[in-house]
Amino acid sequence: MKTSLISQEELLLEFEKKINAEQKIEPLDWMPDEYRNHLIRQMSQHAHSEVIGMQPEGNWITRAPSLRSKKILLAKIQDEGGHGLYLYSAAETLGVSRDQFIQWLHEGKAKYASVFNYPTLTWADMGAIGWLVDGAAITNQVSLQRTSYGPYSRAMVRICKEESFHQRQGYEIMWKMMEGTKDQQEMAQDALNRWWWPALMMFGPHDSDSPRTSNAMKWKIKRETNDNLRQKFINKTIPQAELIGLKIPDSNLVKLSDENYQTSDINWDEFWKVVNGNGPCNEQRLAHHIKYHNEGAWVRESASLSNPK
Amino acid sequence: MSNTDTQGELWEVFIQSKPGQSFKHAGAIHAFDREMAIENARDTYTRRGEGSGLWVVRSKDIVSVTPNEEGYFFDPSNDKVYRNPTFYEMPEGVKHM
Repeated sequence: MKTSLISQEELLLEFEKKINAEQKIEPLDWMPDEYRNHLIRQMSQHAHSEVIGMQPEGNWITRAPSLRSKKILLAKIQDEGGHGLYLYSAAETLGVSRDQFIQWLHEGKAKYASVFNYPTLTWADMGAIGWLVDGAAITNQVSLQRTSYGPYSRAMVRICKEESFHQRQGYEIMWKMMEGTKDQQEMAQDALNRWWWPALMMFGPHDSDSPRTSNAMKWKIKRETNDNLRQKFINKTIPQAELIGLKIPDSNLVKLSDENYQTSDINWDEFWKVVNGNGPCNEQRLAHHIKYHNEGAWVRESASLSNPK
Repeated sequence: MSNTDTQGELWEVFIQSKPGQSFKHAGAIHAFDREMAIENARDTYTRRGEGSGLWVVRSKDIVSVTPNEEGYFFDPSNDKVYRNPTFYEMPEGVKHM
């Protein structure tokens, strides 16, 4: 094989040349360990988020207000599970098994999006999650379609196609409630009040406090910085709120120009508290995942016994 | 590529979006046998009528060229430009060619 004759420096040069030429890196290509490890961390966190994200919405399946909304919610949650599967299989191409990814999640070594550590208290939360949480996720994922790792990029393209239904169904819930009774309007506003800041936190810390951003940008794993993506989301979401009569819960909100807004700074203490495991539902979400994973062990075991490799 | 211990083998999924078109790689799934593989592939990759055909194949059965071999593996075709129609000279004014 040629590999053994080429030095690490030459391999790195070749790798960076490909990245700079906007060529995708594929599973069998040489890549620096740091690049592989960044992807393992980011893609598994992304996959876990899709799967853990099924829990807050699953909370409302049996209490959906109509058959129509129940069918839609079921389809949306099934999509989230599917997105988790696209991402796990893309992440597995980096040489880590699915069992390993799940073990890291259960041990607390891998994270998932902190936003799912908030509780879903009313039906309006289904609207707020679809509109804001999926809306923020789409903003991030549209940008990640251009990520330099081929399998990740292709999974993102597939996911983005499906996500726009999620955001629209959420916004429709909010709109219908704003067209409804005073109680319904208050319920929708309350949901926005509770989900607005967690949604803005989804983009992560400020670029200046995000230690891993620089290599991730250089190697085009990330294509836009946290702050840029957050601003894009803010600018497109505020007019959507105003259109249906919702008020953004930020007394210092300033409209700088057309479709350009300045918000107050995020409460970073709360952000780090939730990231570090002390949000309202952290324990519950993980315990639920561990319980059902363990309860399914006998199924996996008997399936592998009846189909030996 | 790794196989997992408890979640079945890894299978690659290929979708044909319309009759007559080529099958295209979509991603992978885990399954314990062929039937489970094709059903998991359906549920995971074709929830919105994306496919008129579906193939699954065990990942370990796929043979591929490693990137380091790419250069010389495809070499034999690079010096045969006469396989391309643009190689040939044509007289001025020839039609339907």
